[in-house]
Amino acid sequence: MTAAPSLELIGFTKRFGAMAALDDVTVKIKAGAFHALLGENGAGKSTLVKCAMGYYAADQGQILLNDHEVEIAHPRQAHELGLGMVYQHFTLVPNMTVLENFVLSRGDLPAVIDWAAERRALKSFFETTPFTVPIDTPVADLAAGQKQKGEILRQLYLKRNLLILDEPTSVLTPDEADEVLTTLKKLTNDGKITIVTITHKFREVNTYCDAVTVLRRGQLIGTRPTSELDNDMMAEMMVGRRETRTVVEREARAPGKAVLKLEGLSVADNVGQLAVEDLKLDIRAGEIVGIAGVSGNGQRELVEALAGQRDAEAGRMLVHGEVYTATRPEMVRHRIACLPEEPLRNACVADMSVAENIALRSFDQPPSSSTGVWLKRGPMRETARKLIEAYKVKTPGPDAAIRGLSGGNVQRAVLARELSSEGDLLIVANPCFGLDFAAVAEIRARIFQARNRGAAVLLVSEDLDEILQLSDRIVVMFDGKLALETDAASADVGAIGRAMAGH
Amino acid sequence: MDGSDIGFWGVPLAMLAGAIRVSTPFIFVSLGECLTERSGRINLGLEGTLMMGAMSAYGTALLSGSPWLGVLVAAGVGLMLGTLHAVLCQLPKVNDIATGIGLMLFGTGLAFFLGKPYIQPKAPNLGALDLGGWSSIPQVQQALQVNPLFIFGILLAFALAWALKNTRWGLIVRLAGESVDAALAIGASVARVRLLATAVGGAFAGIGGAFLSLYYPGSWNEGLSSGQGLMAVALVIFARWDPIRCLWASLLFGAAGAISPALQSVGVTQGYYLFSAAPYVLTLALMIATCSPARSVRGAPGELGAVK
Ligand SMILES: Nc1ncnc2c1ncn2[C@@H]1O[C@H](COP(=O)(O)OP(=O)(O)OP(=O)(O)O)[C@@H](O)[C@H]1O
Ligand SMILES: [Mg+2]
Repeated sequence: MTAAPSLELIGFTKRFGAMAALDDVTVKIKAGAFHALLGENGAGKSTLVKCAMGYYAADQGQILLNDHEVEIAHPRQAHELGLGMVYQHFTLVPNMTVLENFVLSRGDLPAVIDWAAERRALKSFFETTPFTVPIDTPVADLAAGQKQKGEILRQLYLKRNLLILDEPTSVLTPDEADEVLTTLKKLTNDGKITIVTITHKFREVNTYCDAVTVLRRGQLIGTRPTSELDNDMMAEMMVGRRETRTVVEREARAPGKAVLKLEGLSVADNVGQLAVEDLKLDIRAGEIVGIAGVSGNGQRELVEALAGQRDAEAGRMLVHGEVYTATRPEMVRHRIACLPEEPLRNACVADMSVAENIALRSFDQPPSSSTGVWLKRGPMRETARKLIEAYKVKTPGPDAAIRGLSGGNVQRAVLARELSSEGDLLIVANPCFGLDFAAVAEIRARIFQARNRGAAVLLVSEDLDEILQLSDRIVVMFDGKLALETDAASADVGAIGRAMAGH
Repeated sequence: MDGSDIGFWGVPLAMLAGAIRVSTPFIFVSLGECLTERSGRINLGLEGTLMMGAMSAYGTALLSGSPWLGVLVAAGVGLMLGTLHAVLCQLPKVNDIATGIGLMLFGTGLAFFLGKPYIQPKAPNLGALDLGGWSSIPQVQQALQVNPLFIFGILLAFALAWALKNTRWGLIVRLAGESVDAALAIGASVARVRLLATAVGGAFAGIGGAFLSLYYPGSWNEGLSSGQGLMAVALVIFARWDPIRCLWASLLFGAAGAISPALQSVGVTQGYYLFSAAPYVLTLALMIATCSPARSVRGAPGELGAVK
C-alpha cells in the first residue's frame, strides 16, 4: 500500500438551480489525518465530498493531491488516484454475493474469473482485518451493520489510500462503530491511509479525529484541530450563536386510557417469515412507549403494519377500542400520525413537490379542497409555506421536488406534515436518524410536546440513548417478540442491553 | 388409434414429446428475455422478433434451400430488432415498456406483410435427431425425435448461466442490471452493455422463431406464434431470472401446451379448446402464485422496472 496522501480542495462552488449548496469552500486535509467534516443537515457536506470524488461536477474548484493538481471528472478517475468513498446510502449490489461485489469493483477483471483463487485471496485479506463479513452471502441478506462494514472493507480491499466516509456509523451500534473506527484510526496512525469522515456524533469526533472542518449553509466556517475544540464550540461553529434550544420538560401526568392495543399481532417479512410474532402491547394516552432493539428484529415490519404498508398475518390492532386496519379513513378518524424510517421511501412521493408531499394527509379536506374533488393549489402551497417555516425545512421552495432535499430535511418535511395535525396516536421510527444535534433536540421536544398534550406515542428506535431519554415505558424487541418490558424510571440499562442481545 | 396400443401411457409420452417440441421456442425467447432483463431492460417486443425470425427463416430456407441458413438469418434479424429496441430505449424520455409493445406490433405486422408470398410453398425443414432408436415402441421412437435446436437451446441455457456467473462480460451485464451507479463506478458503459445484451437477446428470440416455421409446425402462417413471446416474459419472472430455471420452466410450459393434443391422441376430444388454454392458465396461475404485493420477488434485477 502506498503512503497516505494529503488532499486540498480549493474554492469549491456548486449550485443546484438557484441555491448554492457550496460557496467557495476550501479545505486542506493533511496526509494521514483523520479529518471530520461537520455541519447541519443540508450544510453541503455530502455535496463537497461528492464533488471531490467526481460524482458531481463542481461549478468551480481545484483539487490538489499531494500538492499536485489533479483533475477528477468521474468517480473512476478518483479511484485510479486512490480515492475511495463510502456513500451515505449503500452501494454494494444487493443481488450479488460479497465476494462478487468486491471482485467486480476492482474493475480489472480477466475475461474468465477464477473464483476459487479470488475466494482464497479475499479470505486471506479478511484474516488481516479485525472485523469481517460472510463471503458467500448475497448482500441483500446482510443486516444493515454488516452491509456498512462490507462497504468499508471493500474500500480497504481495493487499497484506497484516501477514504471518504459519509456518516459511516449511522447504521452501526456504538460497539460496532468503535470497532470500525478503531481499525481505521490505526491505519491512519500507521500512515497508510488518510480519512475524511462526515458525522453528526461529537463523541466520535472527540475520540478519533485530529481536525474538524465545519460547513454552514454551503459556507466554510473554519478548520481547527480537535484538541482546540470542545462540544460547545463545535456546536456553535455549526449553528452560529443562536439561543434556539427549546427545552420541553416531561410533565408529570398519569397515563390515560389505552389508545392503541395490539392483540397477538403477527406480521410476516418480505420472504414470508414471521418478523413480528404474537405481540401484545398497550399504549396509553399521554405516554411514550419506546421499543428498543437491534435493527432487524421486527421493528420495521411492526411499523409498516401500523402504517398500513403491510397486512397482519394474525392478531389484531385496536385503536380507541375499535378494530384498526390502517386505512386512510381510519387514520383520519382516529387522528393517527406516523413517521416511518427512511421517510423518502416510506412516507413521500419522491418526484412530487414539497408542498404536495406535505399535503398528502389533508389534500382532500379544507382548506386544500372544499369538496374533496377539486384541489386548491393556493391554500395548499400556503399551508406548506407555513409548515416549512415552522419546521425550518431547507428547500428551494414549496414547489421543489422533495427528492432534492438533504436527508435531514426530508425528515423535517414529513414531521411537519405528521405533527401539525395534533394526533391522538403518534408512531415514530428512528426519528433522529442522520440528523444534526440541533434538529435532534427540536424533534425530541416536539415528541415531548405531543405526549404532554395527551397523545399516545409509540417510539421505535435503534438508539438506546434516545429511548432512555424519551420513554415513559420501555419494551425490548428481540426476534419479533417482546423480550423485556420495564418502566423507564426504574429501567436497568444492563438488563435492556442483555435483552437486546437475546439473553 | 394406430400402432401398438399403449393406452393412457400415451398421454405422458405425448406430453414428453410435446414438452421437447413446444418448449423449444420458449427456451430461446426466455433466454433472450432473461439476458436482456439481467442487463436492466425489458424487451416486450420479442413476440414480434419471434414472428420476424419465423418469417425470415422460412423465406431464406425456401429461397436458398438451406434451413440452417434460415436459422442464421433469423438470428441476424433478431439481432437487428434487438438493436433497434436498445437504440430507441436510449433516447431521452423513452420508456422501454412502450417501445417494446410498439416493436411487438411492428414485428408481427411486418412479418405478416413480408411473409405473404411464403404462406403456400413448402420450404425444407430442419431435420430431427432420432434418439429413440433403442426402443421398439413407435410412440417412444416418435417422442424422442429431437430437433437439434432443442439440444442447442439446452446448451445455450447452461452456457448463459455459466457466463453470467464466471465471465467478466456476464458480471458486467449483471452489474448494469443491478445498479447503474456501481457500473459507472467501474467505468462500464451501461448504455453499451444494455445495447449488446438486448441485441443478443433479440438474436436468441429470432432463433426461436426459426424453429417455429422450420420445425414445428414447419410452415409459415400468420397464426404461428400464439403469444409465446409474451408468455416468455412471465416465464422469466417465474424462473427468477435464472437461465437454468428458464429451461425447466420452458419444459413445463411445453408440457402444458401438449396436454390437449396428447389427450386427443388417446381419444379424449372433449374440452379440446379448454385444454389448449392450459399454458395461458398456467402463466396466470404462476404469476398469481409467485407475485404478491407483500413479498418482493427475489432475484429481480435492481434496475428493472424502474420507470425512467
Ligand atoms: N441532486 C441535488 N439536486 C438538488 N439539490 C440538491 C442535490 N443534492 C443536494 N442538494 C441540496 O444541496 C444542499 C446540501 O445538501 P447535502 O446533501 O450536501 O447536505 P448534507 O450536509 O450532506 O446534509 P445531511 O446531513 O442531511 O446529509 C441541500 O440543501 C440539498 O437540498
Ligand atoms: Mg449528507
